[in-house]
Amino acid sequence: MDKFTTLTGIAAPMPLVNIDTDMIIPKQFLKTIKRSGLGKNLFDEMRFTQDGQEIPDFVLNQPAYRRAEIIVAGDNFGCGSSREHAPWALLDFGIRCVISTSFADIFFNNCFKNGILPIVLPEEAVAVLMEDARRGANARMTVNLEDQTVTTSDGKSYSFEVDAFRKHCLLNGLDDIGLTLEKVSAIDSFEKIAGQSRPWV
Amino acid sequence: MAGKTLYDKIWDAHVADEQDDGTCLLYIDRHLVHEVTSPQAFEGLRIAGRKVRAPEKTIAVPDHNVPTTEGRDKHIDNEESRIQVEALDKNARDFGINYYPVSDIRQGIVHIVGPEQGWTLPGMTVVCGDSHTATHGAFGALAHGIGTSEVEHVLATQTLIQKKSKNMKVEITGKLRPGVTAKDITLSVIGATGTAGGTGYVIEYCGEAIRDLSMEGRMTVCNMAIEGGARAGLIAPDETTYAYVMGRPHAPKAAQWEAALTWWKTLHSDDDAHWDKVVTLKGEDIAPVVTWGTSPEDVLPITGAVPAAEDFKGGKVEAAARSLDYMGLKPGTKLTDIKIDTVFIGSCTNGRIEDLRAAAAILKGKKIKDGMRAMVVPGSGLVRAQAEEEGLAQIFIDAGFEWRLAGCSMCLAMNPDQLSPGERCAATSNRNFEGRQGRGGRTHLMSPAMAAAAAVTGHLTDVRELM
Repeated sequence: MDKFTTLTGIAAPMPLVNIDTDMIIPKQFLKTIKRSGLGKNLFDEMRFTQDGQEIPDFVLNQPAYRRAEIIVAGDNFGCGSSREHAPWALLDFGIRCVISTSFADIFFNNCFKNGILPIVLPEEAVAVLMEDARRGANARMTVNLEDQTVTTSDGKSYSFEVDAFRKHCLLNGLDDIGLTLEKVSAIDSFEKIAGQSRPWV
Repeated sequence: MAGKTLYDKIWDAHVADEQDDGTCLLYIDRHLVHEVTSPQAFEGLRIAGRKVRAPEKTIAVPDHNVPTTEGRDKHIDNEESRIQVEALDKNARDFGINYYPVSDIRQGIVHIVGPEQGWTLPGMTVVCGDSHTATHGAFGALAHGIGTSEVEHVLATQTLIQKKSKNMKVEITGKLRPGVTAKDITLSVIGATGTAGGTGYVIEYCGEAIRDLSMEGRMTVCNMAIEGGARAGLIAPDETTYAYVMGRPHAPKAAQWEAALTWWKTLHSDDDAHWDKVVTLKGEDIAPVVTWGTSPEDVLPITGAVPAAEDFKGGKVEAAARSLDYMGLKPGTKLTDIKIDTVFIGSCTNGRIEDLRAAAAILKGKKIKDGMRAMVVPGSGLVRAQAEEEGLAQIFIDAGFEWRLAGCSMCLAMNPDQLSPGERCAATSNRNFEGRQGRGGRTHLMSPAMAAAAAVTGHLTDVRELM
């Protein structure tokens, strides 16, 4: 997993609420057995017509946002299916950070496993950032994970909360499985005790 | 000290390690695996030279991609689907995990197979790379969906890195009225709380109306906890649960059954337990409902009318306008005036025997509307066999339904069962998102009895008029 420290980039505004994982990556692209290459189908049915032509109105098709690295989104981003193809597609497109008032639980977890930072901010802050994102490529936001701040191009800054352990893993690009296997003796002893008290499991 | 909730009790019994900041390693008792969200996880194990830590606690079955027509055990036409199913065959073999291939009568939707085979038991932790893992909460098991990285983590370590969620109680008091089912309960709860109402919580469903439900109905309720945003849904085990579990292939037997039962009987929330959020609905207030929009929270009683975007507030105004446009609906239209092209009965929400019985009860001696496409996709090969034995299959076939093999099918349309643009479907599944059942397809969610009623009349219908 790539480290996430600071990111200065273009933010694309997506104010729609309840953007679900079927919108982020429709099911026909889940048939892959790889993690890579999903960026070209990110938001496929919103981004392309049925015969594959770009829909000019869609935000990521607009010249200012074709290289966006941040999405500022409406409430409850990432709801629906557990498909990790959603963060894989975002990452493959180049999105490293999503900012919203709320995220669906599984999507939120999946982001951290892939070096994407999901940031939860209050409604007023998201509204300001949404307006800033609407200004296009001239307005670049800076996300600083160490300091836990998002700063607009004209200097407005917002602090965000992030779980300390997840922050540590993102800053250092750490692999969860490696970390857990360092605690294998705790798992061994749990398994032994649970095996005695609940032998039917 | 306050008492504990059911969630607290299951959580406490599975913490293998806890850091100072509250981050825990939660031990996983059952890991269910399907073909779509697992190939990258097994590939990760191979690259790192890791094994599956507990293959005996890992159960795999292909369901999302598989065609539901005859001959699929010989050949799957779609190459990508075939590759995914073959990859699962190989991974199950190479890593020595329990496996139900398409050729096995026990194959079916992973969330139907698990309980049916007795893999899911009260008090367990159950995960799967699928959001509808919440289904297993009906047994009083802590069950939730995970992503593929977490699938790999569980395969390698039999644990998950977790922080505890908050406790939410959803109480359904009193009795349900005739024609009202578990599906109407779970949709009505989402209608009341919204799709983010449960975010950050584990929900425990309780109250007389929940207690009165069969295990099938309880699974329907818990299945859609995820649509309400919750990490998991739970129902405390009771005599209904024990009766369902007893004698299943992987349920405990003899002395172990007695020991298990003793522990299971402690699995309920204490009277003085602390709840972070409480929602109460009266059973008698719940009507047969349908969804009108493209979010599961867009729920209305069948007696209602299509709303206008201006009826909503904030960001929902734009979302509702977009939904109405996508669904091709005009505000003020009576829901019962909405014409239907297709009926889909099946899915992990409503693909169990009781669901097929409820639909067949409406269809008996009737025909589906001329020109209607209607299909029943049983949740498992065993559900299918039982329905054939009970004569339900014949009722569906006589009515004009297609009688399919088991799988996820048109719930998410990864296999050939899909809607065309503009095609309108009465579905017993769980998501009405844009494109969910096929690009441009329009989905109305409802109970199996309501879907059967729509098949007969050709429009959304109040099932109580056909009872």
